[in-house]
Amino acid sequence: MEAFLHQILSGLAAGGIYASLALALVMIYQSTHHINFAQGEMAMFSTYLAWTFIDAGFSYWIAFVATLGISFLAGILIERIVIRPVERAPVLSVVIVFIALLVIFNSLAGWIYTYTIKSFPSPFSAGLFPQNPYMSPHEMGTIAVTFIVLILLYAFFRFTPLGLAMRAAAQNPVSSRLAGIRVGWMLALGWGLAATIGAVAGMMVAPVVYLDPNMMAGVLLYAFAAALLGGIDNPFGAVLGGFIVGVAENLLGAYVIGTELKLTVALVLIVAVLLFKPSGFFGRVIVTRV
Amino acid sequence: MAALLEVTDLHAGYGPTNVLSGIAFNVEEGGITALLGANGAGKTTTLRAVCGMIRRRGSVTFAGERIDGRATEDIVRLGLAHVPDGRGTFVQLTTEENLRIGALTRRDRKAVAADMDRMYGYFPRLRERGSQQAGTLSGGEQQMLAIARALMLRPKLLVLDEPSFGLAPLVVQDIFRIMRTVNREEKVSILLVEQNARLALELADQALLLETGKVVLGGPAAQIRDDETVRRAYLGY
Repeated sequence: MEAFLHQILSGLAAGGIYASLALALVMIYQSTHHINFAQGEMAMFSTYLAWTFIDAGFSYWIAFVATLGISFLAGILIERIVIRPVERAPVLSVVIVFIALLVIFNSLAGWIYTYTIKSFPSPFSAGLFPQNPYMSPHEMGTIAVTFIVLILLYAFFRFTPLGLAMRAAAQNPVSSRLAGIRVGWMLALGWGLAATIGAVAGMMVAPVVYLDPNMMAGVLLYAFAAALLGGIDNPFGAVLGGFIVGVAENLLGAYVIGTELKLTVALVLIVAVLLFKPSGFFGRVIVTRV
Repeated sequence: MAALLEVTDLHAGYGPTNVLSGIAFNVEEGGITALLGANGAGKTTTLRAVCGMIRRRGSVTFAGERIDGRATEDIVRLGLAHVPDGRGTFVQLTTEENLRIGALTRRDRKAVAADMDRMYGYFPRLRERGSQQAGTLSGGEQQMLAIARALMLRPKLLVLDEPSFGLAPLVVQDIFRIMRTVNREEKVSILLVEQNARLALELADQALLLETGKVVLGGPAAQIRDDETVRRAYLGY
């Protein structure tokens, strides 16, 4: 029983990370209807940045905040420089750009930091949370961070004028322009936020999977499954999907299929959702009259 | 009266197709100007071109500033609010959020709250629907919402694209009555595109007649209303 509970709880911790990255995917999907395949690699690169700061002797939290700031600006720059020109391009061109970004970040990280695995510290020491046999301090910290991120995002989108402007721009760009909203900038801000959330996910997952240029490949796949499961255009669905995927992956890995096949769970889930309920649990079904 | 909006030699269209071939007209400050014409005459296109929503060429001056080269959001920020055809509702947001979007460019928070109350005064139905998803509102309610959202900008000029489209006669009367109030009491100038010529001519001070991308007639609304030949030939009543 204790082991079972442990599996569920650490599944929730992993799920929090998937939820964060899924949220980053949803954020960009909502306004552009594209899946940013480079989201994981951007998060990985952010994590390397954090590692650089820590390696240079800065404290963890200074490195953390600096990384978030730089990731935010980098996200905006990527949108302005790389994504903007293909705004009206066909879907395939955009997908190619995303894949190019993925490859560029991956090779850049490999070139600068080499492909050898590095360890990445966890900021959560044993004394921070009550001792218990079910979860490690890092797992508890990860869940806490996930919830802080979720609450901040919710408050931002729900209660601030800028958040409202971003929601408006994502939903109806033409009407938003007619209300004086600078839609282009709202898109760029969305990229900045997505990159920031991704950076948080990267820094939370790195102590577990270790830091290397390919560390986000699996995480992105789980996040993608999570977003699809919850409904790719629904942030709440994506978060819930993240936790479900995290727990399911852990339980199946421990009791049913073994750890080697864990990643298959994500793929099976993706295919199953696309086959049986393409809109996910909470996604909007868009009916088009023909 | 001075001209608030001056359009000279405006060309516009979609893709390779030209719809407007050099149209020219003025909208006077403080007045209501109706833009009339048959389907396909270029009424909606004219409004879109003025607001920079489509490719255009020519000169457009609004409140003393050239706006023909500017982006839609910048034109709007100068005080030109456009209620588009189809109403442009943010369907997944609440009625209240829709109204707040209209005032996002404003910084005077207290006045915004007061304006919100004023809008609910004009359209009490919107207050009842405040926390409801705007997509679930009826057509008439969405049209009221669109007008209220535009007014939340505190515009100098309110541009309306067929506000009566698809609505029950009673609702149309309501909306026209409020347009008159807004024009008289808040000194908001109005440029109105309307299929219902009779209704538009009753409301407007000035009227323009558009035919295949050109202004063929313009003048005081009363004059056009009383000219039987024009009415029969162009307006069909």
